[in-house]
Amino acid sequence: MSDFRDVRIEELSHLLSERSRTGETMLLNMGPQHPSTHGVLRLLLELDGEIVVNCVPDIGFLHTGVEKNMEAKTYQKAEVMVDRLDYLNPLGNNLVYCLAVEKLLELDVPPRAQVLRVILAELTRINSHLVWVGTSGLDLAAMSTFLYAMREREKILDIFEMCSGQRMMTTYIRPGGLWRDVPVEFEAAVRDFVRIMPKRIDEYESLLTKNFLFLERCKNIGVISAEECIQWGITGPVIRGAGIAYDLRKARPYSGYEHYEFDIPTYQGGDIYARYMVRMEEMRQSLRIIQQAMDTLPIGPVRSNNRKYVPPPRSEIGISMESLIHHFKLWTEGFTPPVGSVYAAIESPRGELGVFLESDGSPKPYRVHYRTPSFANLQIMPLLTRGHFVADVVGIIGSIDIVLGDADR
Amino acid sequence: MDEKLQPVVQSLQARFTLSVSEFRSEVNLQVDKQDLPRVAVALRDEFGFNMLVDITAVDYWPADAPRFHLVIHLLSLQTNRVLCLRVPVDAADPVCPTLDKIYPNATWYEREVWDMFGIRFEGSSDLRRIVLPADWEGHPLRKDYPLGYEEVQFTFNFDEISQRKTAPKK
Repeated sequence: MSDFRDVRIEELSHLLSERSRTGETMLLNMGPQHPSTHGVLRLLLELDGEIVVNCVPDIGFLHTGVEKNMEAKTYQKAEVMVDRLDYLNPLGNNLVYCLAVEKLLELDVPPRAQVLRVILAELTRINSHLVWVGTSGLDLAAMSTFLYAMREREKILDIFEMCSGQRMMTTYIRPGGLWRDVPVEFEAAVRDFVRIMPKRIDEYESLLTKNFLFLERCKNIGVISAEECIQWGITGPVIRGAGIAYDLRKARPYSGYEHYEFDIPTYQGGDIYARYMVRMEEMRQSLRIIQQAMDTLPIGPVRSNNRKYVPPPRSEIGISMESLIHHFKLWTEGFTPPVGSVYAAIESPRGELGVFLESDGSPKPYRVHYRTPSFANLQIMPLLTRGHFVADVVGIIGSIDIVLGDADR
Repeated sequence: MDEKLQPVVQSLQARFTLSVSEFRSEVNLQVDKQDLPRVAVALRDEFGFNMLVDITAVDYWPADAPRFHLVIHLLSLQTNRVLCLRVPVDAADPVCPTLDKIYPNATWYEREVWDMFGIRFEGSSDLRRIVLPADWEGHPLRKDYPLGYEEVQFTFNFDEISQRKTAPKK
């Protein structure tokens, strides 16, 4: 393996201080195989004793070339790849891709599908926040929250499995609606979850919110101001933790979010604790949305009737020649959208998740780009960690809630 | 066009040479690359487009002038409007002025565009590859970069394919 070129430290000298060259400060490699980096993130830390002077994040260990691969598949088949990006937000990834394709095609989505999309997107948000509260609690030595959070997450995964047959890689939301209607058990399962969940969130809060050890590790650590958030293009709980109520569900509503009553939780301070408080409140707001959506869930089709873009239901194929032709054409050749480019974005659990989609009029997307919140938010690591202890770096990584599959794509 | 974007576009059109297009109610401004920093400064300081959402590129190979379009999305938090800038870049000299003095978060997006498309950013503070290893050759999202393919080995063709494989590097 002699033809691998090593990266010399001089190449990074513009990111490190003068003192690193004289040996006054120490360079320490953290990750990529470190349990608290939430995946495969590598950080090069410049340390003055125990204090972080500079931090150089290095990503790409999970790069899978999804964007390149999608260019070689038809629009329907490319969707399968997007679940794999942010594995804690698979339905959100599906949703934003479908919103972009629907915008390109000017395809309408039936009301039942819209409401179900909202329910599933909010369940996904709670799912992601549960993993977050578990793992970042674990990083800060609060072991038991993890076990409780995983217990509730299991219920959400069961709901996903019930709908799509898959627990994580669902590909359930499709251009023009959903893959199929939800099963009859769905309503009872979701209502049961909404009933028990508020008490469980109180339980997590009783373990953490006023826990002295937890507060010591969170308060005034990893502080970012509102101005810096805007400057650095930060979105999601990080910007809301700095006091700016920017949430795409309110700012540019999609999938009918304008019909639901909910608040955008914000918190002052911009530290780890602020982000924690925002996420805890967000779970409660998500439950509020799910409750309203379940109460207003209309009856009707879950897929658009536009046969040029959306495959016909399986039951029709046996009795209708046109359906058979459409089915065959859509799954072999695909559909041909008009030439142009669109940008669609949703509020993922981590922030603004956007898709830039360019079509050249062929059945395959000419260019797909995922604007992922983890990639954008990871960039402020040097800002957040400067001047803190190495032990706090762990807490800070947890608090910006990165998913490396999302950052590397 | 959206009533909040209309004055922005008109004012910019008076000062710079740009072509405006609209698709699915999204406004695209095609900007010359030498104008890009000045357009960005004007958008940020005068019209409140204070957040850089994304920078990416599209490769129109085999066209070579321009071969690439740099696609930049800017957001105004006050009006909640997104504006898309498109910057044509030629194949012969794939260079573009950097935006990282105007929007600090441009650095990583530009690194990604350099990594994936090979477009260099003049004056960038940190232009290294970001997701691929430092010694990678080529820029994978270019259209003339092959996707790569490995034949699937089954029992009946296992040996045949093994023979065809190149020996691993020492």
